[in-house]
Amino acid sequence: MDMIKAVEVAQQKEGVDNLRIGDLVRVHFTIIEGKNERVQVYEGVIIAMKNSGLRKTITVRKISYGVGVERVFPLHSPRIQKIELVRHGRVRRAKLYYLRSRVGKAAKIVELIQKKKPVVVDPSTAAESTPEEKSKEE
Amino acid sequence: MVGLIGKKVGMTQVFDESGVLVPVTVIQVEPNWIVARRTIEKNGYEAVVLGSGQIKESRLTKPYRGQFPESVKPTRHLVEIRDFELEGEVGAKIGVEALEGLRFVDVRGTTKGKGYQGVVKRWGFHGGRDTHGSKFHRTHGSTGQNTHPGHTFRGVKMAGRMGGQRYTVQNLRIVKIDPEKQLLLVKGAVPGAINGMVVVTSAKKREL
Repeated sequence: MDMIKAVEVAQQKEGVDNLRIGDLVRVHFTIIEGKNERVQVYEGVIIAMKNSGLRKTITVRKISYGVGVERVFPLHSPRIQKIELVRHGRVRRAKLYYLRSRVGKAAKIVELIQKKKPVVVDPSTAAESTPEEKSKEE
Repeated sequence: MVGLIGKKVGMTQVFDESGVLVPVTVIQVEPNWIVARRTIEKNGYEAVVLGSGQIKESRLTKPYRGQFPESVKPTRHLVEIRDFELEGEVGAKIGVEALEGLRFVDVRGTTKGKGYQGVVKRWGFHGGRDTHGSKFHRTHGSTGQNTHPGHTFRGVKMAGRMGGQRYTVQNLRIVKIDPEKQLLLVKGAVPGAINGMVVVTSAKKREL
């Protein structure tokens, strides 16, 4: 089993695990037309993630000229050059299929605003840490 | 002809150069040793005898041990490969690199044993209807004619032991060769269970 895993892990990309459901992303996808290769950018909301490991896919939904379009991208495919994260969305579900039946403002996903955790200063460590580190923490 | 003894590790999927997900079987190649060479003068044909795999000293019989020259430790498997193209003295070690440059291979192995199976699974008979008054479900039906010839011909397809036989899958594409880990990735399925021995040879019916 370990050898199978090694084969799969060798193919996996790094830096794709920061994506979440509800994120607005720009997928840079290589398109091969005969001999030409070009990169197409596809921007939309991640409404589903399926499978795991090497076979993990994301479903990205966008409204193109008034028509809903959904594309499934294998995350670890060599044809994906990069995935830009535009912003995280505030969602409460693992699958956002309900967006399909919504139009306009109802289909909007609010940006996730992460509250900063208040910095708790522990007097014992605060005394030890240098002023430089302190400023970073704040 | 180039050939090697390997071990089936299992199946997975891998992206190829064009980004297509390809189903592959992973075959591990433990060191192969040239145990002997068969020559036309002595044996009437050209071949090389390869040995691979570990075996306990206590399991060896004298006749089996006698097959091996002093320079080669007795191995679990012994396979003859005809018209072997690679050079190498008796006692030389061969790895997956031997297959470098090939595009297609044939893989030989022992299929999984299925036990006693009916004619539908074993031979692909269609069987009859389950319902609507049908009394013909999964049996084979007639096995022959009448007074003439008066007996059932040999070789008529019937129920019986299935699997556990030697089987060759031809023309499997080599997806990747990993000399570091001594792994070979081949497109598609390969006969046998995981950890089973397989013999990989260059494809017989396909040019490079």
